[in-house]
Amino acid sequence: MSAMIDILEAEKTFTMHLQGGVRLAVVRGVTFEVKAGECVVLSGPSGAGKSSILKMIFGNYRCDGGRISIRHRGNLIDLAKAEPREVLRVRRETIGYVSQFLRAVPRVATIDVVAEPLIVTGTSRAEARGQAGDLLGFLNIPERLWTLPPATFSGGEQQRVNIASGFISDHPILLLDEPTASLDAANREVVVRLIDKKKRAGVAIVAIVHDDEIRRRIADRVVDVTTFAAAA
Amino acid sequence: MADRLHLANADQPLLVAENLSKNYGALVACRDISFTLYPGEVLAIVGESGSGKTTLLQMLSAQLAPKSGRVFYRMRDGVLRDLNALGEAERRFLFRTDWGYVHQDPAQGLRMAVSAGANVGERLMAVGWNHYGRIRGTASSWLERVEIDTARIDDTPRTYSGGMRQRLQIARNLVTEPRLVFMDEPTGGLDVSVQARLLDLMRNLVSELGLAAIVVTHDLAVARLLSHRVMVMKGGQVIETGLTDQVLDDPHEPYTQLLVSSILPP
Amino acid sequence: MTAPSYNFAYLDEQTKRMIRRAILKAIAIPGYQVPFASREMPMPYGWGTGGVQVTAAILGPQDRLKVIDQGSDDTTNAISIRKFFAKTAGVATTSSTREASVIQTRHRIPEAPLHCGQVLVYQVPIPEPLRFLEPRETETRRMHALSEYGLMHVKLYEDIARFGHIATSYAYPVKVNARYVMDPSPTPKFDNPKMDNCPALQLFGAGREKRIYAIPPYTKVVSLDFEDHPFTRYRFEAPCALCGAEDAYLDEIVTDDAGSRMFVCSDTDYCEGRQAAGHRGREGQAPYREKAHG
Repeated sequence: MSAMIDILEAEKTFTMHLQGGVRLAVVRGVTFEVKAGECVVLSGPSGAGKSSILKMIFGNYRCDGGRISIRHRGNLIDLAKAEPREVLRVRRETIGYVSQFLRAVPRVATIDVVAEPLIVTGTSRAEARGQAGDLLGFLNIPERLWTLPPATFSGGEQQRVNIASGFISDHPILLLDEPTASLDAANREVVVRLIDKKKRAGVAIVAIVHDDEIRRRIADRVVDVTTFAAAA
Repeated sequence: MADRLHLANADQPLLVAENLSKNYGALVACRDISFTLYPGEVLAIVGESGSGKTTLLQMLSAQLAPKSGRVFYRMRDGVLRDLNALGEAERRFLFRTDWGYVHQDPAQGLRMAVSAGANVGERLMAVGWNHYGRIRGTASSWLERVEIDTARIDDTPRTYSGGMRQRLQIARNLVTEPRLVFMDEPTGGLDVSVQARLLDLMRNLVSELGLAAIVVTHDLAVARLLSHRVMVMKGGQVIETGLTDQVLDDPHEPYTQLLVSSILPP
Repeated sequence: MTAPSYNFAYLDEQTKRMIRRAILKAIAIPGYQVPFASREMPMPYGWGTGGVQVTAAILGPQDRLKVIDQGSDDTTNAISIRKFFAKTAGVATTSSTREASVIQTRHRIPEAPLHCGQVLVYQVPIPEPLRFLEPRETETRRMHALSEYGLMHVKLYEDIARFGHIATSYAYPVKVNARYVMDPSPTPKFDNPKMDNCPALQLFGAGREKRIYAIPPYTKVVSLDFEDHPFTRYRFEAPCALCGAEDAYLDEIVTDDAGSRMFVCSDTDYCEGRQAAGHRGREGQAPYREKAHG
């Protein structure tokens, strides 16, 4: 089966001009692929570049070299070289991203934050809100919070809203950055079940998880990011 | 849903700027600027005072002739035209129907002595609408859309607050369903809470109507909220350009890094 | 000391040629405001210098001139202007609409239908119909050139929004020959239909603003309106108190200091003509005639 994500020799270096131009090489030679229905977990210590790799796959960070191929509408597209509108299209239709910290647009109600990814691909607002409500319910966010913007929620609640908005659509690729970090045991269980459901639906997943237990339950493969460490 | 309407034309550029340059004597306002804008894309032009961003906006909207370079626009019939080659009548017609221009100071984009309903209806009357009831009805529904109390349709903008005037200016521009809207510091000069409300409105309208927009702003937060792409300008040149979240989260150029780091954390 | 002698109709021949050229251009482009080099006249701006210059330029020794002001031949202004031309041109003057060849008017169109060969000269204060909404001359010229008349409808819209109907009662804008929007001078909108398809030549002169415009005979003149608020003529509630005319424009005349008033034809020649023919209104037992002044 062909890969949904195919990364070859990707690298990332930060040049901090405000600090005298110091160069911070993060990763080099990143190479791995992810197939449909597979969950690949990136492992490694803090600062090794796990989040950076995830952000490069999403197109949030630019890639300094190599290729990041994404299977979009059946064809492979190199995100490292794609035009901005192509990246946006890929994000809209193919890749879902659950970031480590919720970064919602201010003043938008939780239900609308979660419904948004469906609305932009053509679902009616009413239908999208319905599905959003179901998912929020599954994640134990009480209904009385749905009309409030998530900015004032607790860390765990924000993370669950984040997960809901990432999981609501049918994106064939999901990127998860510490999806269970702020959650209690019950909610961790919910998230694991959601991930399982996505895997069975054939979604390719790349995740960062610190919790060994969770990792054991969701990972089909573990990729050690320290093998991509750039020379000191 | 508006996205689908544009998917058909999504790969045909809407506006193409080619090597635009402008100088005032020895002062170079813009140097060799090129980019392409696609339907439904919002491009923010970010820079500090004196960066040349307003001059660029004026050249793009055919209000200022470039010293060199060209601007092409795809008309509603699908043909890409050089703006300089359009006759004045065509250009003025374009400005009133397919384009919008939102000024920083709403008083410049409105007729202050004329009622809100007439302000919104003027463009319709200019393209031949001749039925008072229909003009008024359309104006009223647009007032609602920009969250202005429709009971104030007969009041002049002189009686409106700054935020209301700006929303009225937006309604006036959008009534003919333009495909491209130019905005010059649309939230400048407004109170912070008023800015927030206006930005939310603009975000929703842009996405509902599938508008393309070019927004000049010095405020990176506005760029992040509204735009898909951003162009950072300094000294008349484009320093860095790309996807908004990319440029703001992973700035490459020194000046961009300086701008991004200068934002006060919330 | 001998009295000064004037050139025929006061203006020198070169000036008259200049004005005639402007008039010809105006006739060739119905409704378009032609700039002209307005001269200093022996009356101040605001007293009909534009109309006087147009009349002076077209008057010939065989013409019969009628001058009216608000429909009357006998107001101060009408008398002054008529005397001015009698003195400087020596032309015959008349108060009869039918017999005149040139009629100079301030703010009214005569009730009696005009015929082919007559010229109606209007006195115009502000020739630009868009002026009150767009003060910039550069912009209004562009609007006329590009036929951008949306703003005119804005004015009408505002009227309906404010008063429930189009409240413009005089100087009601018209579209001439389906091209230019024109201000018919401060004639009541009651008179607008008379401009349409008129057998006479209509000339408009604005002395202070230095513009001349024209409507050739038999030209289409349409009053602006909305589909759902169409142009309607004002109808008076009662006929003329003196002659009983039901379709003439009426003036209000206060008859005593107890508040009584009556409505009579504004066009004095028309009213007198009807009375002479035997028509009588409610008050018209004896024909009403002002004592002749000097």
